[in-house]
Amino acid sequence: MDFELSEEQRLLKEAVDGLLSDGYQFTQRKKYMKETGGWSQDIWRRLAEQGLLGLPFAEVDGGFGLGAVEAMIVMDALGKALVLEPYLATVVISGGFLRHGGSAAQRAEHIPPIIDGRKTFAFAQLEKDSRYDLHDVTTSARKRGQSWVIEGKKFVVINGESADTLVVTARTEGAQRDTAGIGVFLVPSNVKGITKETYPTQDGLRAADITFTGVEVGAHAAIGDPNNALLLIERVVDEARTALCAEAVGAMDESLKITVEYLKTRNQFGVPIGSFQSLQHRVADMFVALEQARSMSMFATMAVDFGDGAERAKTVAAAKMQIGMSGKFIGQQSIQLHGGIGMTMEAKIGHYFKRLAMIENTFGDTRYHLRRVSESGVLV
Amino acid sequence: MDLAFTNEERAFREEVRQFLRETVPPEMRRKLVEGAQLSKDEMVAWWRILNKKGWCVSQWPKEYGGTGWTSVQQYIFKEELQMYPAPVPLAFGVAMVGPVIYTFGSETQKKHYLPRIANMDDWWCQGFSEPGSGSDLASLKTKAERKGDKYVINGQKTWTTLAQYADMIFCLCRTDPTAKKQAGISFILVNMKSRGITVRPIQTIDGGHEINEVFLDDVEVPVENLVGEENKGWDYAKFLLGNERTGIARVGVSKERLRRIKELASKFKSGGRPVLEDPAFRERLAACEVELKALELTQLRVVADETKHEKGKPNPASSVLKIKGSEIQQTTTELLMEVIGPFAAPYGEHPDSSYEATDWIAQSYFNNRKVSIYGGSNEIQRNIITKAVLGL
Repeated sequence: MDFELSEEQRLLKEAVDGLLSDGYQFTQRKKYMKETGGWSQDIWRRLAEQGLLGLPFAEVDGGFGLGAVEAMIVMDALGKALVLEPYLATVVISGGFLRHGGSAAQRAEHIPPIIDGRKTFAFAQLEKDSRYDLHDVTTSARKRGQSWVIEGKKFVVINGESADTLVVTARTEGAQRDTAGIGVFLVPSNVKGITKETYPTQDGLRAADITFTGVEVGAHAAIGDPNNALLLIERVVDEARTALCAEAVGAMDESLKITVEYLKTRNQFGVPIGSFQSLQHRVADMFVALEQARSMSMFATMAVDFGDGAERAKTVAAAKMQIGMSGKFIGQQSIQLHGGIGMTMEAKIGHYFKRLAMIENTFGDTRYHLRRVSESGVLV
Repeated sequence: MDLAFTNEERAFREEVRQFLRETVPPEMRRKLVEGAQLSKDEMVAWWRILNKKGWCVSQWPKEYGGTGWTSVQQYIFKEELQMYPAPVPLAFGVAMVGPVIYTFGSETQKKHYLPRIANMDDWWCQGFSEPGSGSDLASLKTKAERKGDKYVINGQKTWTTLAQYADMIFCLCRTDPTAKKQAGISFILVNMKSRGITVRPIQTIDGGHEINEVFLDDVEVPVENLVGEENKGWDYAKFLLGNERTGIARVGVSKERLRRIKELASKFKSGGRPVLEDPAFRERLAACEVELKALELTQLRVVADETKHEKGKPNPASSVLKIKGSEIQQTTTELLMEVIGPFAAPYGEHPDSSYEATDWIAQSYFNNRKVSIYGGSNEIQRNIITKAVLGL
């Protein structure tokens, strides 16, 4: 049992924290938001230069072959800085599909441009009625000669606007909620038959609803078994959930720090409001919530590579649930303790609250994961 | 970073388990599982078995009889005791006064008291709280006046757990009435058989008798029973309370209780089906399990961190353990109440125990309200977090 970061991991943390403290102040973030696609090409290039886009990929694929702890370190830092760039969609999720399911040819084609920052990806999975169930898929992929033809509509695809390539879940056979018959497909975002309706999200990202009308891709577009990819999808989404947990911990950590600082400096009745016990106890409870969340984020990080899928899923569900509860409490109380200023767009604190709220509702909210834990039986 | 237990740690856990299977009297275990009161003799006999094995004062330095285990091993040991369940060594001696004596006491005190604590020759109790001094402990009024080679102690202590069994009490007494609050307090060891000590039982809301009032009227104590320096007692008390806090999460106790909840919930019915099959109940149970898992990991983080902290300077994050640990313990007793529903009512032995005896459950629910009050109330813990961690 060891909770310490290794020397290399500490250096990685310093590097990513350094890059973001230099390039990702609140005012800079506002500028990046207005750039094409809603994020900064310059920051993306710098992430690539530092090697951060190549962390999880195997050395034979040009990456560094690093693991879940390194991913946690990066996501925590991204959460602290409220980073807009599509790291989760590109490196964690699409990279995850390529790493765990990609053929040698797919890896050779797609991983190098991710690592050097030339291309970004998006994960087109959510449908109007699927909510959090990964096996609920109506978008279809039908064989036509050597090609696949994709029909259907995906919603709230983060980075869907600027992604070069989409990773799309689609049904090759069976009924809407069958667990068998689901495939994952690599689809260039500029092919014929794709239409996008783009919009901003509550937490400052950009998303798209994407319609696929007779979109034709080659036989090599399928990642893994086109008729049986649900296990692959669940594994990658568990990695995404784990990454979101770490990002949320970073955001909570920063929220608490900012709030404590505010309590020290904001004066009312002639004294800092942090001298009032009712407010002190609230931040103490926020600290408790943060530490519980941090513990579970670490736990999920350790479990995400478990060979046993059921054990991994249960652990990640428990973590996502704890993060949901802690994130909601810390987010809401941060606003409350800031008072009126917390309600304004110009204060940074509200943006953490919004990001935490959106993380809760991504890949399963607290109640959804509570149900999964409760159905899976013993946890402790 | 590696959150899995090492092979050595797993083997150690198995060794502890094996020892418990071989040595814990089944009757004592049954009583603990059913929440029945153990007698003094039962507990002392068990702790002597532990001491023979060399495990009663496991956390002490080796020179005083400790095991030299890592903090993770200490944690595993305690958790296994709590889960088996078997009584953990009496905190007042082993975890409280023992470390104060070997850290601040004289050579004579160490030689005399430490082996007696390890072998339970002395049952210790704690003389800190007073009727007027709860959370504001430093306002205590019990006075120790130096008269020649004796202290003469007058005052009253309260909430004294198991004082009815005790041979010795460690008391915080005011030795300098002119000094400000914390400054004039001394840490004195008092024989419970001394003339002038009266113990009066306090019945708690669960009907049990754990706690007492202790009256001290002109109690004469030899000056050599002072620990460390006169008027430095507050420092020793803070040291002691810090040690207390790291053991207070009682993760193993909550785990054992969750196991019991599931067992009972598979027998008691609601809507014609076992309570355990009620989705709403299962979700509340699952939520409690998730919180407990998080607490267990937080506890391990604090434990792992302890090795880096200066000895005797507990990690202030351990207040998190006290708050969350007590909340979860209370939640488990609420879940137990929910499982048995109307059968919570019978007080004392219920004539029907076809599903097994449940008369302890409501009592346990009532009794467990104490856990967010003792050991520094949860509100005091929040004060500690705000000051020591957050710097407000």
